[in-house]
Amino acid sequence: MSSSMLFNVTTFSYMVSMIIFFAFLATKNRTVGLTASCIAYFGFIVQTAAIILRWRESYAMGHGHAPLSNLYESVVFFSWTIILIYGIIEIKYKYRIIGAFVVPFAFLGMSWAQLRLNSGIEPLVPALQSNWLLYHVITCFLGYAAFAVACGISVMYLIKVKQEEAAGNAPAGGIIATFPPCKVLDDLNYRAIMIGFPLLTLGIVTGAAWANYAWGTYWSWDPKETWSLIVWFIYAAFLHARITRGWVGKRAAILSVIGFAATIFCYLGVNLFLSGLHSYGGGK
Amino acid sequence: MTTKKRGFLQGAWDFFCSLKLTLFLLILLATTSIIGTVVPQYPNVPPEYIQSLSSSKLFLYKNLGFFNMYHSWWFILLLYMLTVNLVACSIKRLPRVWKIIAEPNLLFDSGLEKSLSLTHEFKMTGDAVTLRDKMTAFIKAEFASPVVTEVDGMFHLFAEKNPYCRLGVYVVHSSIIIIFIGALLGSYFGYKGFVNIVEGSSVSTVYDPRTEKPIDLPFAVKCEKFSVSFYDTGAPREFKSILTVLEKGEPVPGYVNIPIVVNSPLTYKGITFYQSSYGPAGEGAVYHFTVRERKGGTPVRITVRQDEKAPLPGGGYMHVLEAVPEVKAFMPQLSGAAAKIETVSAGGALQQLVLFQNYPQVDENRGGDLIFTFDGADEKFYTGLQVAKDPGVWVVWLGCSLMVTGICLAFFFSHKRIWIRVVNGRVTMGGSASKNPAGFQLIFDGLVEKLKKL
Repeated sequence: MSSSMLFNVTTFSYMVSMIIFFAFLATKNRTVGLTASCIAYFGFIVQTAAIILRWRESYAMGHGHAPLSNLYESVVFFSWTIILIYGIIEIKYKYRIIGAFVVPFAFLGMSWAQLRLNSGIEPLVPALQSNWLLYHVITCFLGYAAFAVACGISVMYLIKVKQEEAAGNAPAGGIIATFPPCKVLDDLNYRAIMIGFPLLTLGIVTGAAWANYAWGTYWSWDPKETWSLIVWFIYAAFLHARITRGWVGKRAAILSVIGFAATIFCYLGVNLFLSGLHSYGGGK
Repeated sequence: MTTKKRGFLQGAWDFFCSLKLTLFLLILLATTSIIGTVVPQYPNVPPEYIQSLSSSKLFLYKNLGFFNMYHSWWFILLLYMLTVNLVACSIKRLPRVWKIIAEPNLLFDSGLEKSLSLTHEFKMTGDAVTLRDKMTAFIKAEFASPVVTEVDGMFHLFAEKNPYCRLGVYVVHSSIIIIFIGALLGSYFGYKGFVNIVEGSSVSTVYDPRTEKPIDLPFAVKCEKFSVSFYDTGAPREFKSILTVLEKGEPVPGYVNIPIVVNSPLTYKGITFYQSSYGPAGEGAVYHFTVRERKGGTPVRITVRQDEKAPLPGGGYMHVLEAVPEVKAFMPQLSGAAAKIETVSAGGALQQLVLFQNYPQVDENRGGDLIFTFDGADEKFYTGLQVAKDPGVWVVWLGCSLMVTGICLAFFFSHKRIWIRVVNGRVTMGGSASKNPAGFQLIFDGLVEKLKKL
């Protein structure tokens, strides 16, 4: 059994989970919801095994490095962290429906990686031969994943608020009625960012520490660094918006969506459109 | 002070204490930072880019400092404004928060009771003193050790957890200032330089690309050897320089033949050397070839330096244009050294040939009158080292660790407080938390359940 086969099973599981989550939105049937998240967790377990297996395969090939070194591996890891953060929030706060807005991100990531990216295991170039790679990548991607979850929740919030505004004070009907109350969504959004923001901060700090160790500069305004700071500014603004009159609620949710868009640009856009020090852009 | 002046100062103070200013600055910083990721930044602005801009655009970019955006006056001004803003906000709010920590409200009076969302009243048998002791033991066991105050025969108990987490946000704010101080220290008392050292030679000055001036080191660094290795795929595996530190021409014990690779630098006297690039030293390289005539005859060995002409059998000459120690990076299907040479026949005909050390038959198959083989090079390399001195870096790390600590304090800890009032036969309990009210309600309800069973 190879890791790529398991990754295919993972991708398929996330797809099935996503479809059943959409069915859950339509039917509001609890069993359907439970099935959807169970399939997502099954995919997560398979993916965990696949990542470990790929790590071992890399040792068997004589390269011996964690599977976090190129675009393919980072997208796979990103999907994994999204489901991980979703799982934590679902189990802690019991709002399964969020999965309908979060699992699609994981599915998109996995299918893009499996269909379009080079999945070969390559040896590490000298710049990446450091333990900092592990700390830096893990903290960054856990942070990104929390922001993905927050973005999903914010989209739900914005849909729900819009419907409630349109319907006056009458209770929302249809699919949207199954969403958690606005107050809860706002709170969950904040909680997801409360997980993401410290991790992003740690990711930037470990990146700076690594840059200083490898090049003697902890900050060189490289596009990647700058974009990570832009993301940090946006979420810092979000955190302050929540305690500022006139910014609570809708504007904060919009900041969270913009923050995730900036996160994705920081992660992918910088490599595709700008030049810089982060190597995995070469994996395309 | 005139009222107008006071009005202005008050206005300025209110302006800088405003959270809306914080939001405005953060969003403005986020937006403007994009410019420097799109416009090339000094010192890496290609001349072609400058030429591609229209003159009005160029004028605008230059005057707004877009080519060194993150050091332009307006960007620095935004950073200073953010600093003043967060200092002002902290000064305004810190005393109130400090009061909550240092002088907690020990009395559970009716005003406080009304302000709390979580309260519960119990009827209990026993006089006030018995109940006080019972409650003290209970809250100490279940929550935290209480402070007991007696007022007019009534007992007030106050217990709290994690009061200092309220300071988390101020720790984060001060950490930002500390990081700025560290960055300023680095820019005033440190430098970033660059130096190329040819194998076997030593240098004691490095070049600062920003000021475009040389910087003298208080010692010399010698490159004993440089080597590069490749994976089978042609991707580089390791760049390695062997360095020796020299003081007054003498090797410094403990700093002799130190290997440095990317991600493993050498530090001496606060100055750190990082493996950054490499290249052939050019003039120092000696190339070896063998040439024989197709029609027969003894092969002739040729030893030639770069840009030196070597005579060929039958008239004419050759010289080396370019050579690489490993061709894999350019032609992944091949391996070994390669040389590009130019031959000039007696008649003046030019020809360029690429020769591979590991594949001598390639030139034989070419079908020329002369058959060349490349026997390798005794080539000297230079190693390119990034040189940095940054006395502020530890201040930056202090700031970073404070920031992470502060964020964790602010996000993951909650200041929880419980008040209990005891009179004869009656106990009233109230509580509040600075974070996560839902989570605290569970704790509070748990305490109520346990009290009921007492």
